[in-house]
Amino acid sequence: MAHGAGGKASRRLVEGLFAPLLFASGSEPLGDAAHLDFSGTRIAITTDSFVVKPLSFPGGSIGELAVNGTVNDLAVSGARAEALVVTYVLEAGLPTPVLEAEVRAMGEAASKAGVTIAGGDTKVVEHGKADFMYITTTGIGRPLHGVRVDPRSVRSGDKIVLSGPIGDHGITILLARGELDLEADLRSDTRSVLPLVEAMAKATGPGIRWMRDPTRGGVATSLNELARDCGLGIVLTEEKLAVRDAVRGACELLGLDPLHIANEGQFLAVVAPEYTDAALNALNLCPGGEEGRVIGEVREQPAGAVLVSTRYGGSRIVDMLVGDPLPRIC
Amino acid sequence: MCLAIPGQVVKVFSGQQNTALIDVVGVRRKVDLGLLEDDMPKPGDWVLIHVGFAMSKISEEDALDQMRTLRALGEAEAATQEVQGYGLEDTGKTEPA
Amino acid sequence: MKFVDEFREPEVITRTAEEIRRLADPNRHYRIMEVCGGHTYAIYRFGLKDLLPANIDLIHGPGCPVCVLPMGRIDDGLAIAQQPDVIFAAFGDMMRVPGTQGSPLEHKARGMDIRIVYSPSDALKLAQSNPEKHVMFFAIGFETTAPSTALTVMRAKSQGVHNFSVFCNHVTIIPAIRAILDSPDMRLDAFIGPGHVSTVIGCRPYEWIAVNEKKPVAVSGFEPLDILQSIVMLLRQLKAEEARIENQYKRVVPWEGNRAALRAIAEVFELRPYFEWRGLGFISQSALRIKDSYAEWDSEQRFHVPGVRVADPKAAQCGEVLKGVLKPHQCKLFGNECTPEHPIGALMVSSEGSCAAYFNYEHRKAAMVTSISSVA
Repeated sequence: MAHGAGGKASRRLVEGLFAPLLFASGSEPLGDAAHLDFSGTRIAITTDSFVVKPLSFPGGSIGELAVNGTVNDLAVSGARAEALVVTYVLEAGLPTPVLEAEVRAMGEAASKAGVTIAGGDTKVVEHGKADFMYITTTGIGRPLHGVRVDPRSVRSGDKIVLSGPIGDHGITILLARGELDLEADLRSDTRSVLPLVEAMAKATGPGIRWMRDPTRGGVATSLNELARDCGLGIVLTEEKLAVRDAVRGACELLGLDPLHIANEGQFLAVVAPEYTDAALNALNLCPGGEEGRVIGEVREQPAGAVLVSTRYGGSRIVDMLVGDPLPRIC
Repeated sequence: MCLAIPGQVVKVFSGQQNTALIDVVGVRRKVDLGLLEDDMPKPGDWVLIHVGFAMSKISEEDALDQMRTLRALGEAEAATQEVQGYGLEDTGKTEPA
Repeated sequence: MKFVDEFREPEVITRTAEEIRRLADPNRHYRIMEVCGGHTYAIYRFGLKDLLPANIDLIHGPGCPVCVLPMGRIDDGLAIAQQPDVIFAAFGDMMRVPGTQGSPLEHKARGMDIRIVYSPSDALKLAQSNPEKHVMFFAIGFETTAPSTALTVMRAKSQGVHNFSVFCNHVTIIPAIRAILDSPDMRLDAFIGPGHVSTVIGCRPYEWIAVNEKKPVAVSGFEPLDILQSIVMLLRQLKAEEARIENQYKRVVPWEGNRAALRAIAEVFELRPYFEWRGLGFISQSALRIKDSYAEWDSEQRFHVPGVRVADPKAAQCGEVLKGVLKPHQCKLFGNECTPEHPIGALMVSSEGSCAAYFNYEHRKAAMVTSISSVA
């Protein structure tokens, strides 16, 4: 169960089981998309499954997540999504209006993101065998000119850029489930980050070392993966992290850390120091990128880990999530 | 133990079970006031919330008082150091002219 | 956030830390215990140890209600929930605590109906909306949480909700502190007292620590400035060779406690003659059980409870860490066999357990060579 939450357990499943058996041997670290070369033509490809309860929530629904999630995985791998194919696994008894709403949402999201839905497949399973529906999208795209992301190119002194406030999506979902009886004026941040990535790439192409969309497991998990992959340390400045009041309130009430909460409309980028000003400028000028900030930098220490430091000199290590974030009372 | 958060009372629901709607920077939840039945809070009051129950009223006065005390820390020390710099104490050493 | 952000003001924190340095006698080594797991968590989360001089040692106390729960009690709770049509409801804190057959979350993966609740009243609501099921609420916590459980049981009775019961594991703080002070290998100078427990029991119950044991106590809030101010108070007392109870958390803690909360506890609960605390052994009069007048809402009276005692693995040194005799990283299993991902002892499972807090927030910092300064 913990294996799907995006943290340590997921990583072990992929690295320990899938990678050795399925992936071509090589030392390439696992990224958000694969960039393949077909006799000189480079194509980026990625796939992702979407499972969410409830299907629909403030700010979006599973259909939008399914489009934006895959477009974003391609974007942070340094590619522009061109087309998606989609598979639906539907639970028998799913009301038609619900399905229609999601298909409509997908169509709108695809149009907004500038991708074509080129085809798909549908399967129906017995009642009780799927939470209404599971959607998988596979996307292909064109690598962005001049952008090459690789954690091995990250150097001490590089800066960490975050596109906007964190925690909106995960907390919205938690509240939408209704089990905790909390209400807040919050929406999922689901959107395509491609325009932001493109704007940044245009200003700094070669300066971008690495990018990731901090979905399940949050910013903490993505940055811990980076720290592990590049063998360096990441130091974040706590007050640079943008967190909406309602996300903060919910996290304080439930004892959660915004750094562990899923985001569906943000991305992280590691940028060489000489390009950082240009990158941040381009991001802030792009609609939707106004809240982009430099949140930290790469250092030699703590190697392989992420440290969050406060203005008064205290600091703490932030680890990857183990399973889903659970509310606590102690 | 005991994660407890300050929240502001927005509305009090009277009835069999005294509950209130409280707000924590925009997040709202119904909270049980049963433990404060000896001194019921009013809308606008701040209470400490733990597992959906209000545990205590928060005294703004005491909070301000505490911050005043803390901010004054080091000021007495700084003043003393300043005074020492004037050479007004008898240190037994002769100051250079 | 009001009443939170003020107590995290960086300049005031820096100034208070300077005051601590001024007060700390360089020829003395101070051992101050924070009793409450919430304080342990706060100390790590805010990196407060970085601000203290090297001769002040913060010792983590046993105030973590999840950590002190013997594995057998988790097995018992899960055994009740194995019955057909029983819903197991508990706080998130309980979900990863391992029983001998796995944690509640692992049982959920195997098909058991396990729900996370934020409040005992949510568990009662669950019972009201699932009349064909029985909801068993696994209650944990010190005196902070017990009154809420008590009120919920009272409401279940007055509202005639019969498909609801509480598996009560509430424990009391004073016997735990006594056990620490009675321990022969203990040497403590002062205590940072539990702030939220004190909103219920007040400050009087700690007076014997000052009078009999001659050690100062500062009942403390949980923000960085609260904890630092408490340390200032304790250092001042130690310097003046005083031993008093001070209420640092005045804005929230009434000296006499919360009468309504104490009434609720007295109405529903009574003290068990003894209770087993993981790592500390059997302590008399240290835990609550539901009175006979509310027997119908007591899971232990409604259901058969196996009551098997499960001994801790011999290699695990949870007891010594709980008593503050060993630091987490000094336990032989720390970081190797025992990590938050695969915890052997409960101190590694609960997010406020000393071992988990140390592991999650601290141990890799210790390995760092360079000192850290803020990024611009």
